[in-house]
Amino acid sequence: MKPAPFDYVRADALGEALEALHEAGDEARVISGGQSLVPMLNMRLARPSVLVDITRVSELKRIEQRKGQVFVGAAVRQVELERWAPLAGLLPMIAAMMPWVGHAQTRSRGTVCGSLAHADPSAELPLALLALGGEMHLRNRRKKRVLPASAFFMGMMATAVEPGEMIEAVAFPTHPMGTGTAFREIARRHGDFAIVACAAIARPDGTNRLAVGGVADTPQAIDLPDPSDAGFEDALNEFAWSLGARDDLHASARYRRDLVRSLGRQTVKEAIACRS
Amino acid sequence: MPKLSREGRYAIGFRLNGQEVTAHAPGRMLLTDLLRHVLGETGTHVGCEHGVCGACTVQVDGEPVRACLMLAAQAEGADIRTVEGLEPAAGELSPLQAAFREHFALQCGFCTAGILMSLDALLARIPDASEDAIREHLSGHLCRCTGYAPIVKAALAAQAQLKEEEAANA
Repeated sequence: MKPAPFDYVRADALGEALEALHEAGDEARVISGGQSLVPMLNMRLARPSVLVDITRVSELKRIEQRKGQVFVGAAVRQVELERWAPLAGLLPMIAAMMPWVGHAQTRSRGTVCGSLAHADPSAELPLALLALGGEMHLRNRRKKRVLPASAFFMGMMATAVEPGEMIEAVAFPTHPMGTGTAFREIARRHGDFAIVACAAIARPDGTNRLAVGGVADTPQAIDLPDPSDAGFEDALNEFAWSLGARDDLHASARYRRDLVRSLGRQTVKEAIACRS
Repeated sequence: MPKLSREGRYAIGFRLNGQEVTAHAPGRMLLTDLLRHVLGETGTHVGCEHGVCGACTVQVDGEPVRACLMLAAQAEGADIRTVEGLEPAAGELSPLQAAFREHFALQCGFCTAGILMSLDALLARIPDASEDAIREHLSGHLCRCTGYAPIVKAALAAQAQLKEEEAANA
């Protein structure tokens, strides 16, 4: 339960981190909070030969609001976003989610982008990225690229980040007036992995979007009509089956499908009720 | 840009319970092992070693942090507080520690150091934290002896005592 040996590079600037990542290629991993990576290192599920620590890179420590988006830099800790005063007004879904992200004792160091990079299928922040239609800003030492959730998440704990590349920031769009959002989760204990997590957006035009985490290998989303509409229940049921729920120690596949239907319906209704 | 190669041991300087310390460790060492094996501060316990049980929780710059999920090298320049730093004077218990004894909030004591550091950080940041907030905060810790009820009681008693002291000093 100790990490295998690695070289450790503490970058003071973004350029240094990118150079170090380029040199080490696919042998390197980025570390900051370490709340997902260090358990993997301790259990030797990950054995990178170089760790590039970006915690002290000041360019990556910013939360910024511009062009209808909130940019969260790769070294921003979850607790910093949780306590960021404009959060509840700009991104109420994420404000509702933050207390469910790990525990207070891991949010204190874990970064927002680190949770996205880990891509656990039951994690809340990847669900937010998909539900809100956010974008991942990636870069290597030569070029930058921007990916939506659908292109970023490749599978369970697998992302599109390439060797030599790192996450620079995540951008979450803020929504126009008349949009409502909601988040609900069922877990065994507060802070445990979600059995099912639901995030919903009720748009001003009366359409809704429901995203579900904890069931399929990556978060999945569906557009839904108003719950009073005749097609709502069928669409939701079809979606619940399409996620391919499996039995595991925590819950049966059937229970998960039931939760997608009941919690999903509640979350959409709550988002509609929150529409301002 | 400091680079630590896998073979070397490197000096790491930080504040530990108010004292500047320098300790030598290889790059892959965890903060738990630096505290316990290099510095001999064994009050911080090691349970699961993957961030689930909370036994190793310490305070880093005032926030509760799993010491088993932090590399020792990442402590460079940090202000770290462990259970050894809780007593206000040698042989004297802090109000939170005293409340734990009073309310039988520990039995085997393995989880206690971590829980004390978490609750101490919570009560310092939110002096009037609700019982719900205290319970939510405790969800980051496993205790197999007490059933948690005496821990919640002790936290509430310590909170009342701290508020009383605050009022008396005001």
